[in-house]
Amino acid sequence: MVPIQYYTALSAILFTIGALGVLTRRNAIIVFMSVELMLNSANLVFVAFARSFQSINGQVFVFFVMAVAAAEVAVGLALIVAIFRSKHNINIDQINNLRG
Amino acid sequence: MSLNPSMFIPVLPQILLLALGIVILFLDVLLPREQHRYLGWVAAVGMVVIMLAILPFMPQEQFQLTWGGMVRFDWMSYTFWMLFLFGAAVTALLAMDYPELGERGSFYLLLIASTIGMMFMASAGDLVMLYLSIETVSIPLYILAGFFVRSDESTEAGFKYLLFGAMTSAILLYGFSLLYGFSGTTDLHQIVLGIVQGKVSLPLAFTSMMLVLVGLSFKVSVVPFHFWAPDVYQGAPTPVAGFLSTASKAAGFAVLIRILFIVFPILGNQWAIVLAALSVATMTLGNLVALAQRNIKRLLAYSSIAHAGYILIGVVSGFSELGMVSVVYYLVAYLMTNLAAFGIVSAFGRVAGSDDMTAYYGLSRRSPGLALAMLVAFLSLAGMPPFAGFVAKVFIFAAAVGVGQIWLAVVGVLNSIIGLYYYLTVMKYVYLYRSENDDQPVPLSGSFKLALGVLVAGIVVIGVLFSPWFNWASVAARSMFF
Repeated sequence: MVPIQYYTALSAILFTIGALGVLTRRNAIIVFMSVELMLNSANLVFVAFARSFQSINGQVFVFFVMAVAAAEVAVGLALIVAIFRSKHNINIDQINNLRG
Repeated sequence: MSLNPSMFIPVLPQILLLALGIVILFLDVLLPREQHRYLGWVAAVGMVVIMLAILPFMPQEQFQLTWGGMVRFDWMSYTFWMLFLFGAAVTALLAMDYPELGERGSFYLLLIASTIGMMFMASAGDLVMLYLSIETVSIPLYILAGFFVRSDESTEAGFKYLLFGAMTSAILLYGFSLLYGFSGTTDLHQIVLGIVQGKVSLPLAFTSMMLVLVGLSFKVSVVPFHFWAPDVYQGAPTPVAGFLSTASKAAGFAVLIRILFIVFPILGNQWAIVLAALSVATMTLGNLVALAQRNIKRLLAYSSIAHAGYILIGVVSGFSELGMVSVVYYLVAYLMTNLAAFGIVSAFGRVAGSDDMTAYYGLSRRSPGLALAMLVAFLSLAGMPPFAGFVAKVFIFAAAVGVGQIWLAVVGVLNSIIGLYYYLTVMKYVYLYRSENDDQPVPLSGSFKLALGVLVAGIVVIGVLFSPWFNWASVAARSMFF
């Protein structure tokens, strides 16, 4: 069996890649993909530990997370479509009407 | 696990709210178009009825875990339920002034869904429940912030809120996954055992605590995770901004104190230092940046950031009973006051067509009643007697002094003085300045007058007759430690 440390290390790497993606990428959809990567890194920890504990809790948690992530993306895409209609652009640097 | 009727008491208000939401959804379809403005009354009255309906079902002194440990029913959660229901009812009344908001059944449904989530947040006893309830609050709020799909500002507010919200909730979830991984359970009351028994090493516990803190700091808009707040409050429909800045923030604090005091009491010294630093940064930055604002909604946003800083002082002193009491008391006072402030901005902004400070010049001549209510709300925000904000601040600072954090109380008082300056500047515009529209009265709807009347009365009552509220807050505070 693959040691649990490998999974946690991989999840930490995925989490970092996701966080960097959110902070550096400018395309709204790629930013959302990066957020998904962060969520999935947490999912990986849940599943890995659920397997090593032989308990079902962590697995169930992952299902909930996936459902929530889908809902979040649905709302996010709806907002992106609304923004795209008026701006014809989804670069997050140009979504800057509000400041002060 | 067998079902028995008493298990439904800890989820009763949520079930009733869900029923109310379904009723509203049906009414939205069945009522003719011109009667849609009654939906707001149905929502508000329904929520008040639910508040009355759960009055007989008060919790016992000892907390109660039901639904397999998912739901913790105690005085703390009960108090917050009342607070959220009240906030949502007032928000429904305020939204009725906006036809594109208040005549849409979906608006009330989203408001109710979010309120249900907040109630589960306040009574969550498990990481699964906590994560799901936080998302149940957030996702409807993202939609509500971007509810005006034709307005660039509103969609931008919704989008920014969603982006920062999704990212911080991913960080929060990563913290949860580590907590689960190292303790082997998702039950908050079992995780603490894992930490105490040394199954989780303290550095690891500290790391996951910091990740969780990041997620919750976003919800309560604590520096350095505050930058979404001004943009979102400015762009979102004003009643929604009011709801975001009060009920949603109170729910964030409810979870914050739950997690810190149930899961991480052993790290109390460490998080007290972290939170004290965050509190100073939050108060100072919020107040200083508020000084420069020319848009009233942005000013209120920075002021609400500063208030999160004051409440953190109470959390830092939370191991003393007075500290915990002061957090609850402050949240009650703050909810009343800030809802009143946002309510006034919402009603007047609609008439004036602008949230710029210049629109408020000479408001006292146009509508003396509205100006007086604004004076009460802003003086309470500034912490002047005899209003709710004053008593709440006294408790917070007294609690800080009580646990020996005198320097924190001093910083808080200095910050209140900065706050007083910009609140009074707004009142100067309202009372002393003139504008050419002086002779145009401000038309106000009946629902708005009712909501504002209740809020202003609440601000005065909580500020003058504080002992019953203090006792209630004490009972709630004690339920955290048993």
